[in-house]
Amino acid sequence: MQDQCQTAPPPIFSVASLSKVYGTGPAAVHALRELDLTLPAGELVVLLGPSGSGKSTLLNIIGGLDRATAGRVMFQDHDLTAMSDAQLTRYRRDHVGFVFQFYNLMPSLTAYENVELVTEIATNPMDPREALALVGLETRGHHYPSELSGGEQQRVAIARAVAKQPTVLFCDEPTGALDSTTGRAVLKVLSDVNKRLGTTVLIVTHAAATAAMADRVIHFADGDIREVVHNDTPLSATDIEW
Amino acid sequence: MVAPLDRKLMRDLWRIKGQAGAIVLVIGLGVMMLVMMTGLVNTLDETRRAYYDRYRLADVFVPVTRAPERMAARLADDRRVAAHTTRIKGHALIDPGAGELPIRAQALSLPDAGTPRLNDIYLAAGRLPRTASANEIVLLAGFAEARGLSPGGALDVTMNGVRHSLRIVGLARAPEFLYTTAPGELVPDDARFAVFWMRRAALAAAFDMRGAFNEILLASERGTNPKAIIDAADRMLASHGATGAYGLADLPSNRFVTEEIRGLKSSAATVPPIFLGIAAFLLYIVVARIVQAEREQIGLLKAFGYTGTEVSAHYLKLVALIAVVGAIAGSIAGISAGHALAVFYQTYFKFPFLVFTLDPVSFVTGFAISILAATMGGLAVLRHVFALTPAVAMRPPAPPDYSRSFDLAGAFRHLLDQPSRMVLRRLSRYPGRMFGSVLGIAAGMALSASTLTVVSGFTSAVDLSFTVMNRSDMTVTFTHPVPRKALLELGRLDGVQRTEPVRIVPAILRNGTNTYRGALEGRPREPALNRIIDSNAAPLALRGGGITLAEPLADILKVRTGDILTVEIREGRRPVLHLPVTAVAQTLLGAPAFMEIGALGHALNERDRISGALLTIDSALRETLYQEIKDMPAVAGVTLKADARDALVELMNTGPGSVRYVMLLVAAIITFGIVYNAARIAFAERSRDLASLRVMGFTRAETGFVLLGELAVVTLLAIPLGIGLGYGLTWAIVEGFSTDLYQIPVVFHASNYGTAILAVVIAAAVSAALVWRNLARLDLVSALKTRE
Ligand SMILES: Nc1ncnc2c1ncn2[C@@H]1O[C@H](COP(=O)(O)OP(=O)(O)OP(=O)(O)O)[C@@H](O)[C@H]1O
Ligand SMILES: [Mg+2]
Repeated sequence: MQDQCQTAPPPIFSVASLSKVYGTGPAAVHALRELDLTLPAGELVVLLGPSGSGKSTLLNIIGGLDRATAGRVMFQDHDLTAMSDAQLTRYRRDHVGFVFQFYNLMPSLTAYENVELVTEIATNPMDPREALALVGLETRGHHYPSELSGGEQQRVAIARAVAKQPTVLFCDEPTGALDSTTGRAVLKVLSDVNKRLGTTVLIVTHAAATAAMADRVIHFADGDIREVVHNDTPLSATDIEW
Repeated sequence: MVAPLDRKLMRDLWRIKGQAGAIVLVIGLGVMMLVMMTGLVNTLDETRRAYYDRYRLADVFVPVTRAPERMAARLADDRRVAAHTTRIKGHALIDPGAGELPIRAQALSLPDAGTPRLNDIYLAAGRLPRTASANEIVLLAGFAEARGLSPGGALDVTMNGVRHSLRIVGLARAPEFLYTTAPGELVPDDARFAVFWMRRAALAAAFDMRGAFNEILLASERGTNPKAIIDAADRMLASHGATGAYGLADLPSNRFVTEEIRGLKSSAATVPPIFLGIAAFLLYIVVARIVQAEREQIGLLKAFGYTGTEVSAHYLKLVALIAVVGAIAGSIAGISAGHALAVFYQTYFKFPFLVFTLDPVSFVTGFAISILAATMGGLAVLRHVFALTPAVAMRPPAPPDYSRSFDLAGAFRHLLDQPSRMVLRRLSRYPGRMFGSVLGIAAGMALSASTLTVVSGFTSAVDLSFTVMNRSDMTVTFTHPVPRKALLELGRLDGVQRTEPVRIVPAILRNGTNTYRGALEGRPREPALNRIIDSNAAPLALRGGGITLAEPLADILKVRTGDILTVEIREGRRPVLHLPVTAVAQTLLGAPAFMEIGALGHALNERDRISGALLTIDSALRETLYQEIKDMPAVAGVTLKADARDALVELMNTGPGSVRYVMLLVAAIITFGIVYNAARIAFAERSRDLASLRVMGFTRAETGFVLLGELAVVTLLAIPLGIGLGYGLTWAIVEGFSTDLYQIPVVFHASNYGTAILAVVIAAAVSAALVWRNLARLDLVSALKTRE
């Protein structure tokens, strides 16, 4: 295992011996096996790996959506694994943005209102209009999710995630359901957020080509990290092969 | 600015409007029943109080044979007496002409000028008799209406053996005569008993009462017990032939009204809570499922960092809004329905005005229960969802784990096609939800079945009284007790088949402090024409010496078989008897006390006297017999059973019993609301699955089967449970309807259950049709595109 991060900016996450077991007894599934990982702030990180290797599980745990079975997760100098539900909520509210594979927009709210749903409770949000403009949907704000295409819905989801100006942005297969052009546009937005706002971005993906735009690529296999590759010359999202 | 969550709330509400509407309906009806019934009871109570107050109804009545005017002043010279007045009261017979039986009437005096100090009358039409007029009368409005009489008309009246021609100058109502019952009869009948008022001088002349009176009315000072005044009056006037002073509570009209209001009160106390309880239970279930369907969105909100309190508040607002809208709608409906019913009873009770009074407690209860049920339903699910981490809560439409549930469908693998297996697997996967739906529908069905049973209980009451118990065709009442040979004379008449004697003596029954003013009924040892039956409808024989009490009377007096009862006879020598209770009889009308006629005669120290007779007759000779009997001496009345039966049916349909129809309607609507809800929920929860099936190429019929098959299974399971619950509910509701004027027997008819089942099945079919229409309109693309 190589760690090429010598210049050591303060880590945003440090994960030690993290395990996650679903179920008990013979039916138990070890989704994560004593995983260790340190991530510096401000990077764009891509997680690659076969289906079922534990990528979503890791994202959910460090995003405060799920709890670990064993091990420790530090966010800056806070121990996520020791936090109460209320503290985890606080953490998600103040620091975390999520983009899910299935968009997860509120069907009964318009695009604008979906973004507003998050800015309402954020401490330092941008104007929902500005967030929508960031994803090129400033004119579609009054549309309901059912009136938007999949890619548009995903862009709304991104706008919603970045609008609160989170410290860290988690994206679980954000382009999974999109064609290459739309996928590239979505990735472009994520990389812009990373560059312009300095947000740490974690992207889980099956599209290996996405790795070319990352500062760091983490390869997953069978609940553990097989390899971490540091990329000194990330490509722009518009240039990646699909 | 409206917060996005609130906007979501309004839109979600709009999306589930079908379901929300159905719950609003159900909870609204529950609240309506409560507000309506308590409002009605309060209104009747208040109105009666106000009526008695405004028209200065006395609270002690002292009838005497004859007393000089100065006695009144002596009696009234008592600190406990606030006001007094004397009057003359007499029996009269009105000749209606055209060969009809004379009508019994009561003549009452008005002071020579002005209006009475106590027991005033409300002039409904015309005017009072002129001062000192000899032949002007004011007639009781109820009688005038029943007979089609009006001011300006004349009546031929016999008083004290002398015939008078009297002129009707006015019609009046009186708090003293809200009900008029001909002596010896139970069921009030406006047409067969009259009351009229005339100036005192004229009445004194007719009854030879100049300078004297035969009734004194007393109003006691507030806060004093009329009992003491009654005793004092009895003592003081004993030498003037006091026949027993009594309080307002024993005034027959007041007793009847009190009993009717009490009946309404007890139905108001038992029935609406049952309805509201069932509605609240449904609200609980539905709210739980609405919130359950939002599970992913709850997870999402939590993922964004919304706190548990914020998310809970959002959903509780949603469900509380539904509950509050239901409670408001119910309250408004309850006020107007209560008012409409009160107006209906106003005519029935002949109140000249109505004091509409609502019960604030009923509103508070209605709102509290609605909100509580909704909140509990919402919280039950929220707690469960909050126990999950957001990651689990919002997992993509988690394919429910069918592997862990008992595989009913698998067991019948070879018998079932794929869609049937889907139906069964889903039901066995979510036994909790299924049980909720089954219980809800069963409760609705039980409500309908028990209300139907109660409604038919009224019919059973009439049938039992007039076919099983009373097998006579005609009842003859004598003006006074006559020798038994009158019975033989009746028996000799052409067309009379069988005769049976009746001896009725007014009596006060006492057991310690529990007393009842009624009568002892002497009957043959084994009454055949009017049977006395036990609780199994088997005929009871009267054993000599003892007394057989009607069940409600035994309840009032708190006695059981074997106890000794004190009976103060109010006729003749007025003996006081101590009699053992030998049996308790099931009666449906009134609260009689029976004794073997010979033993009664012996106790009264009289020989073979009867006060009436029951006859069976040859119906071909009915008319001639009727004429013949009514012309016999000492005959006061002849009643055909058919007329008595009609009068009872009329009473049940216009009195407190009429509420049963309102209840039946409400029960039917609630049942429908519950079933429709079950269908709507199933549809809402599965619209995505259904769309997928349609996309895969299943036809609308096949898809419909998957959805409606579920409803069918739930409905079928609900039916036997509904039957069971119905039995229990029936007893609770019947309890509320029975009064001591009539009791409603619980008789379970298969047909009532058949009707209730049919109602549930029809409700299911109609709901299925409505949901089917939604299925047809299901927009496949949008159903699949967004997850709800
Ligand atoms: N709730 C659960 N119960 C049981 N096992 C689970 C649960 N969630 C995930 N798993 C198992 O944990 C393992 C890791 O799952 P995870 O979702 O993290 O994989 P992934 O790397 O994100 O895969 P994919 O690329 O397919 O999304 C899998 O074997 C999965 O079956
Ligand atoms: Mg995954």
